[in-house]
Amino acid sequence: MIALPPSFDANLAIDIVLLVMLLVVAGAIVRTRNLLAAIILFGIYSLVSAVWLVVMDAPDVAFTEAVVGAGISTIVLLGAILLTRGEAEKTDWRRLAAPALLCVAVGGLLVYAAMGLPALGDAASPANAHVGRAYLEATPRDIGIPNMVTAVLASYRGFDTLGETAVIFAAGIGVALMLGFGPRASLAPPPAVIGDHHVVLRVSAKFLIPLIALFAFYVQFHGDLGAGGGFQAGVIMAAAIILHALVFGLRETMAAVPPRVARGAASFGVLLYAGVGVACMVNGGGFLDYDFLFPPAIEKQIPGWLLGDPDHAHHWGQHFGIMLIELGVLLTVAATMVTIFYGFAGRTVDAARQEAKR
Amino acid sequence: MSFILSHFNYIAVATLMMAGLFIVFSSGNLIKRMIGLAIFQTSTGLLYISLAKVSGGTAAIAVEPASAEARDLASRLDPAYVAQHGIDGVVYSNPLPHVLILTAIVVGVATLAVGLAIAVRVREAFGSVEADEIEVLSRIESTQPGPQT
Repeated sequence: MIALPPSFDANLAIDIVLLVMLLVVAGAIVRTRNLLAAIILFGIYSLVSAVWLVVMDAPDVAFTEAVVGAGISTIVLLGAILLTRGEAEKTDWRRLAAPALLCVAVGGLLVYAAMGLPALGDAASPANAHVGRAYLEATPRDIGIPNMVTAVLASYRGFDTLGETAVIFAAGIGVALMLGFGPRASLAPPPAVIGDHHVVLRVSAKFLIPLIALFAFYVQFHGDLGAGGGFQAGVIMAAAIILHALVFGLRETMAAVPPRVARGAASFGVLLYAGVGVACMVNGGGFLDYDFLFPPAIEKQIPGWLLGDPDHAHHWGQHFGIMLIELGVLLTVAATMVTIFYGFAGRTVDAARQEAKR
Repeated sequence: MSFILSHFNYIAVATLMMAGLFIVFSSGNLIKRMIGLAIFQTSTGLLYISLAKVSGGTAAIAVEPASAEARDLASRLDPAYVAQHGIDGVVYSNPLPHVLILTAIVVGVATLAVGLAIAVRVREAFGSVEADEIEVLSRIESTQPGPQT
């Protein structure tokens, strides 16, 4: 039996060890001037924090952090240093004194303020005892899906998530406007190479890419039942496409997933999400009120066996609504990440071409 | 000592946040600054998730009430604690901060990409991503109007 509340248990020990690792990695990032090293360290930082998130009972967030931090953001950062340069200038130590003093002062104030926060794991803290508990109690009754994170994300706070999906879409458009949707001229086929040095890489990538894509779909459709959902699945899907581009070349990937398709999918995702909301309004509910996704008269006509629920007891409007908007999120997130990648990769190709011309 | 241990997460979060802020302040390199901002953002996430933890809790994925799994989870805890804080005999962590941070991470990488795209364009316009050099170059440009080569 665990003696409660806060005493030293295995959970807290792992928590502290992981946080110390995070602090060490962050310190290394502060010290290094080599940007490549900083980026790799940032990937490690993300992986360690993903492990920490599992310890903190947040598998959904851990999933996202692992894919985003160690996968997508590393690739975007690497693309950026390819286009700029790999080494930061050394800053004069006298110019570091003021920022250091400021950071120590603000950090001290933050620590002082944090001493008033509830202890780690306090079940009676205001956040956990009121609003958190309300969601936990109401989800089985209102939504009827086991994963409460998905229930809050897609249904209770669906409007908020729509906004976030739109922000991701807007960011993708912003990057595309600044860096373009891919290389300006069409890519030449890669020169024929005698003796393929990357044959192991190619063969293993051919094995891995379908599996990653399949896993993305599993995460997508399992999001109601366990950890997962549209955000995670979208980033995993994008990772599969980016892996393809890294191994087989940008030309092959842009033939398989043209930028035009990625653009269309990104906008369609947001439209699908908002469209579900409007459909609920048309049927007499509020915006994104999935209980009104299908008019009750029609719902009664559908035979129960088709829904796997003979007496229509569960909120299958909620199930269906969540599934649709998660699909919208998947499309937007995956397509936006691919568009961002095309922007950076295309710019690199253009820059190399200009260099060759000179 | 026990107080320090139970508040260690907040101390770590404050330190990480200041590490991120220090990178943003001290480094002139725009890419390094974006990494600093990303660390700053992650540390906010760590604070939220720390607040959502309930000791003895499990991930906020509903366990079938009175199933073997639920009994197994409950058997590790004090029955009075489960009765007070549990739902149908299972103690869960708070799902709300998880939702907020989950979406914030994905939005974070999208905004990171926007920042890096701006850095790339700055490099194309000035030939540098160091804040000091850009300042000098833009001053020269403003005093000597004309096409840049």
